[in-house]
Parts: sequence; C-alpha cells; structure tokens
Amino acid sequence: MSALLEVEKLEVTFGGRTAAVRGASFTVERGETHCLVGESGCGKSVTALSVMDLLARGAERRAGRLAFEGQDLRGLSDSAMARLRGNEMAMIFQEPMTSLNPAYTVGSQMTEGLRRHKKVSQREATDRAVDLLGRVGITAPGLRLGQFPHQLSGGLRQRVMIAMALMCEPKLLIADEPTTALDVTVQAQILRLLATLQRDLGLGLLLITHDLGIVARIATRVSVMYAGEVVESAATADLFANPRHPYTQGLLRCVPVPGKTRRDEPLGSIPGTVPRIGPGFEGCAFRDRCSFADETCARAIPRHSAGSTHDFLCRLPA
Amino acid sequence: MLQFIVRRLIVALLVTATVMTLAFAMTRLSGDLAISIAGPGATADDIATIRKAYGLDRPLLVQFFDWVGRALTGDLGDSYFFKTRVATLIGDRMPVTLTLGITGLLIALFVSLPLGILAAVREGTGFDRTVTMITLVGQAMPAFWLGLTLMIVFGLELGWLPISGADSWQSFVMPGVVLAFSAIPALTRLTRAGMIQALASDYIRTARAKGLSRASILLKHALRNAAIPVVAIAAVQLGFMLGGSIVIEQVFALHGVGFLAWESIQKNDFPVVQSVVLVLAVIYVALTMLADMLNAVLDPRLRSA
Amino acid sequence: MKRGWRNAGTWVGAAIVGVAAFCAIFAPLLVPHDPFAQDLGKRLLVPFWMEGTDPQHLLGTDQLGRDYLARLIYGARISMLIGVTVSIVSGLIGITLGVLGGFMGGRVDDIVLFAITTRLSIPVVLVALAVVGLLGSSMTLLVLTLGLLLWDRFAVVARSTTMQVRNLDFVSAAWCAGCSRFRILTREVLPNIASHLVVVATLEIALAILLEAALSFLGLGVPPPLPSWGLMISEARDYMFFSPWVIMIPGIVLFVLVLGINLLGDGLRDTFGARHP
Repeated sequence: MSALLEVEKLEVTFGGRTAAVRGASFTVERGETHCLVGESGCGKSVTALSVMDLLARGAERRAGRLAFEGQDLRGLSDSAMARLRGNEMAMIFQEPMTSLNPAYTVGSQMTEGLRRHKKVSQREATDRAVDLLGRVGITAPGLRLGQFPHQLSGGLRQRVMIAMALMCEPKLLIADEPTTALDVTVQAQILRLLATLQRDLGLGLLLITHDLGIVARIATRVSVMYAGEVVESAATADLFANPRHPYTQGLLRCVPVPGKTRRDEPLGSIPGTVPRIGPGFEGCAFRDRCSFADETCARAIPRHSAGSTHDFLCRLPA
Repeated sequence: MLQFIVRRLIVALLVTATVMTLAFAMTRLSGDLAISIAGPGATADDIATIRKAYGLDRPLLVQFFDWVGRALTGDLGDSYFFKTRVATLIGDRMPVTLTLGITGLLIALFVSLPLGILAAVREGTGFDRTVTMITLVGQAMPAFWLGLTLMIVFGLELGWLPISGADSWQSFVMPGVVLAFSAIPALTRLTRAGMIQALASDYIRTARAKGLSRASILLKHALRNAAIPVVAIAAVQLGFMLGGSIVIEQVFALHGVGFLAWESIQKNDFPVVQSVVLVLAVIYVALTMLADMLNAVLDPRLRSA
Repeated sequence: MKRGWRNAGTWVGAAIVGVAAFCAIFAPLLVPHDPFAQDLGKRLLVPFWMEGTDPQHLLGTDQLGRDYLARLIYGARISMLIGVTVSIVSGLIGITLGVLGGFMGGRVDDIVLFAITTRLSIPVVLVALAVVGLLGSSMTLLVLTLGLLLWDRFAVVARSTTMQVRNLDFVSAAWCAGCSRFRILTREVLPNIASHLVVVATLEIALAILLEAALSFLGLGVPPPLPSWGLMISEARDYMFFSPWVIMIPGIVLFVLVLGINLLGDGLRDTFGARHP
C-alpha cells in the first residue's frame, strides 16, 4: 500500500523569479504526525499550500511526484482536486481571526463542506457539527453553531477551524502553524487537542511549525526545511539525539532541553537570515551561515543516509 | 442597535430642518418675490396685490414658520402657476421620477455587479483594464448629450424606441440607460475593489480548502462581503439619481418631479421649487438611513455592535 | 505592463488637458472667425468630412451662421475657466472645513460631518438651477453657486487625510516641540495632504465642467450668446435630427475634455499612491 502523502522534488516559483520551494521531498505515512520545521521564509507554508493546490495566483508548482494515497495530484483537474480538498485532505491555518467568513454563522460554514462532499441532509450535517464541536472541547455546541465568528475568541475560532476540517473525516490534516497566533496557554490546549484527535482518529497529520518544542512533544517524524529544501529528515527521537546537518544542529542549540541544557550555558543562535534564492542556484543554501563551509559547498550537494529512516543534505558525511 | 437608530433619526431630522431653512432662504435670495411673480409688465398696484395675496407682506420669519408648520402636516402650500396644491402636484409627478430612478438603478446594478466581479476575478488582465476604461468613459459622459445621441440613433435612425413621453415601458428604456450611466462607474469600482479585497482574504482560502465549488466561493463567500458597501452606495446613488433626473426628464420630456421643478423655476413658482428641494432631500436622507440599516442586516459585526 | 498602460492613460489625459488649456488661453489668436459674428446666409454649413462643405468653415456653422470651430475654441475657455474657478471656491470651503474637522476633532468635527451630510442631501442640479433661475444667469453667479455646492469631496478627503497625518509621529514631535497649532497646520499637515487634494481638484474640475454644460443646456447656466458647449448643444437641439453633427461635435469635445481630466487625475492618484474616491 502506498504512503498517505508522497512529495518528491517539489518546486514552487513565484513569477519565475523567487524560488520558494526547491526540490523538497518528504513522505507522510498513515496515522503519523509529520512535522515540517524551519525558520519563517523557508518555504514551509508554501509547501503545505502547494500540496492542497491553494497557492496564490502567479505561483507555479512542479514536482517529480506528488501523490495522495498513490493518486497523482499533479494532473488533477480543478474539480477533481476540489473533491479531495476538505474531504480526503483538510487544512487549518495560522490566522484563526480571519480564516472564518465574517458574514456567515459557524454552523453554516461547518456544514457546507460536508453537504457538498457527502451529500447529507442539513440535519445530519448539523448533528455532526455539534458532535465535533463537543469533541474539540467547545461547551454548548448547539449555541455556537448559531453564532458569528466575531463573537468567538481566537482560541475558540481555531477549535472551530479544527472541527470544521474534520467534518468529512479526512485521512490527512495539514496544520499550518495552528498555534502561532494564539496566547501561550491556549497554544498548549490546542496542541494537546490536535495530538489527541490525531491519535483517536488515526489521522495523518502534517504539522508545520517553527517551534522545536512542539516537534519534540508530538511528532513521529521531522523534516527540517531550509531555503526551500528539506535538509534533514528523521524520526523525532533520532533527530534530536543525532542531528547531522549543521543547520539542524544550530536549530537545536537555540532550544533549551530540560535535563540537557546547563543553567550557565548560553543558548546558541544562528547568525544571519534565510537568503532569497532565485532559480538556477547551485550548492548548499546554508553555506553563508555555516561554520563548516568551504568552496566545495558551492557545488551540487549529495544526500547522505544515516540509517534507514534518516537522511540529510550536506557534503560532510560525518 | 436601537441607540444607533435613534441617533440616525435625530441627525436626519436636523438635516431636514437645515435643508428647509436653506430652501426657504434660497427662494428669497432674489429680494422681492412679488416682482418676479408679477412679471416684467406689472404695475406697482399689481405687485402690491400679489404681495398681499401670497402673504409676502408678512415678516420673513413669520413666512418661514408658517411654511415649516404647514409642511409638518403635509401641506406644502399652493402652486402659483398650476393653481393646485403643491403636495398633489408632486404626488402626481413622483411615480414617473421613481420609475425612472429605480429603472436606472436596476440597469446600473445589472451592469456594474457582473463587470466588477469579473474584473476582480481577472485582475490585471485586458478585461480588467477594459472595465476600468468603461468606468472612466461613464464618468466623463455628459448625460444630456448621451440622451440626445441615443434619441438620434435608437429613436430616429433605428426607430426602436419612443423619443419622448411616458406612455409605455419602452419610454423608460433610454432615460433609464442614461441615468444608469451616472451610477455605473462608482458601483463598478466599488464592486471590483470589494471583490479583490474579499478574494485575497483568508476566509476565501478556507473556503477553497473546504473544496467548495468556484461558484460558491465567488458568489456565496466573496460577493456577500464585497456587497456590503455596494448596497449602501446603491441606495445613496438612487438618491443622487432622483436629484439628477431633472436633466434627463427635460431631455426626454418625461413629466416627473424634475420636469416639474424645471418648469416651476422658469415660472418663478417658488412654493413648488422649495418643496421639491425639500422632498428630494428627505428622500435622500431616508435612503441613507435605509442603507445603514441594510448594512447592519448584511454585516453581522454591525448588528451586535 | 500595467504600469506602462497606466502611464499611457496619464499622458493622453495630460495631452488633452494641455490642448484645452492652450485653446482656452490663446483663443483669440487661434480662431479663424469671430465666434459671435452671425451670417444668416451661411446657416448650418456642414463640417469638412461631409459633402458640400465650405473651406472657410472647417467644422461648419450653427443655426445663426456662426463659425463652429471658433465657438468650440472659445467654449474651451468657458469650460476651463468655470472648472478651475469653481474648484478654487469649493476647494477653499471644503479644505477649510475638512482640515478643521480632522484637526480639531470633537464638537468641531461633529459640525463638519453634519455640514457634509446636509450638503449631500441637497440636490445639486436643482438648487443650482433654482438659484440661477431666480437671480438671472451670469458667469460669476454660476461659479459661486457651483462652488458653494461642490465642496463635499474636498471636505471628506481633507478631513480623513488630516486625521491620518495628525496621528503621525512627526506631528506629535512638533506638538512636543511646542509648535503652535497654526504652525503645525501650515507646516506639517497641509503639505502632507496636498497631493490628495490635487487629485480631488482634478475630479472636481471635471465635475464642474459637466455641470456647467448641463445647466447651460437647460438654459440656466452661462447666458447666451456665450459659446458654452452645453449651450451650443441646447441651441442646436432643434436641428439635431436633420444635422446630427451640430450636437455631436460639442458633445464629443466636452466628453473628451472631461475624460482627459479624469485620466490625468487617475494618473496623479496612482503617482501619489493615494487611495481615495
């Protein structure tokens, strides 16, 4: 049986000038939580949007392989893709405040997808919405259905978004920084909710985040993205124990690990910012910020393997 | 919400009172109305008689409060020229003007909404630029001249439509089109801008992520939000159109309120003139209030605020 | 691509306005004939592209035998003069009110808003017609009347832009530095809202020209025998079914001039990056 989501050599360009994603590859298995981590601007969100075919106009997507349950998404017509979206694969976004339509009630927005995809009656759809709102921890779900988004807090709206995404029982849920815009206490609640739902429903979850703390808590696998490439991919424990790419090592040094980081030891930081990269760029994109870099880093970089499920993109085989 | 309505009502009343004062002052600008009414050949005796007959010998303030007091009871006075009640006169002519205004607004909406939506969907393309050009052309078009041109083409050359009068629905086609021209630019621009803003918003991305149909995304999710300002402006535009119909009624010899005002101005029939100004202002104020209410109905955020 | 197209529109607009301004200023030097000279023997001569034209009169003559080209050129003078003077009058009123409301806020602003609301509820064409009808038509009266009626857009834009500028950091800095209100208004606020007001001014000139034409067409604008384009259309109306060009020529010229001013205004708006109605 093929994997839930396979992405190989994904490339996204905007107007032919900026290359946002440059040959990213990763696989999401059924029922696993796969985290895509990296700094802002590294192409995480664009990758997620391009899987859903939700890129803004002017963006161009190419891929060696882009398949959902073995079905090739590349040649799919708009209407065929629309039948998958919200049905088999769903997505929630970073901005719960603006992601719901201010003109319609929560109930109307929750049920319309289910009614379209599964052709159920309004009553059945409403029942399912009430059920799901309860599951995401919203009290008095019947009341909430009649409310408008502006009457809900940010945390509640994100819960609504999650419930809405689950309406059609999707196999894959893509969550693009779902907690970034929320208060710290609410962040933890939402994250716990996502982890619970993922386990209970056997979802494949592609979670996009820049927060390694989140990764450590809920990910099965991690792919580290840098400048549009997946520079390292491994099982979570393996990655934290044995990071191979200098960028991953740098990222991990920025995060305090309980029991490991000593009190008197300063946290690390990576100098510089993610460079803008045009098409035709050769070599390692991290070389300007890397302390191990030499002139060979400007050439094509091989992908090294560090075990059956761990690979990374660096000229150093160390 | 109730407080909002009450505040709007108070402003509306104040505006109406101000307009009444201005309309009254305007008709007294020329100095002695009796001389204007009597006409060039009148003797001093004639003028004195007229002054007495129309109550113009009373102090201005008395005349003003007399007018306001009567207007409050729906009595707008008597026309000098038509020798009938002004209220009856305006009431008789209003259906023509309202038909014209609503026809114009419907035509304008029928043109503007699709143009604005399509221009927004195809932002930056040749079609979008064409729509922008159409709005500029519409803005620059002299209404009376467009009316005359249409009369020559469709009335005379092709013979499809009647040139003047208000005998059948066909009589309202050309004037309606001309009147619509004045509202199309604003409505189209607003629809386009609103749709562009709506289409770029996060909730449209959510709607796409739900796999909704293109029609549902455009017409249910985007248009609903883009329509909120358009509805408000449409009501206001109708007010402007009723006020501006005077030119078009004159061109097409439609005997509506505008035509009545034009005749009355030429005959120095000032009770009619000041009343038409007042009635049009009240209609405008009522329409803007209606627009606010419609906004509150369409935008749930305003409803609970 | 979009930029280039936009620029083309701006340049076309500037060229149209330039030609009209040139005609308006140098009208006496440009005209081949006296625009007021009647010649009943040469009534309704056809323009140059039709059969039987008189080479003396390129655009033909009107119903009184007056040269159409000469009247058109003098008409540009009237249109431009009225457009510019009306927007000076309305600009003075509107900007004063708008800046006062936006700058002072509070009660003053409430009054300004009320004035704008009241002004918008008054039917412009009707009131202008009534005033001119009662007082008799003259250019001065027409300019004053239209000026008193068309200040609303100036006030709306001046008010909102002043509010924006008032809250900017450098204005707060000027307050803290102890500058007087007057100094802040003239040195900080006005220069920063000027570009928006220039855009409004172009639109108002266009609107005033259209309104003047409409009022003259209804016989209550510019007094005859002045060659206002609206008046030319009005006078030619009785002949339009037999000689359509008598209304086509002034109408098209009027349309092109207003279109040119609007194109120029749109171009200026894009240049200044302003986003206002």
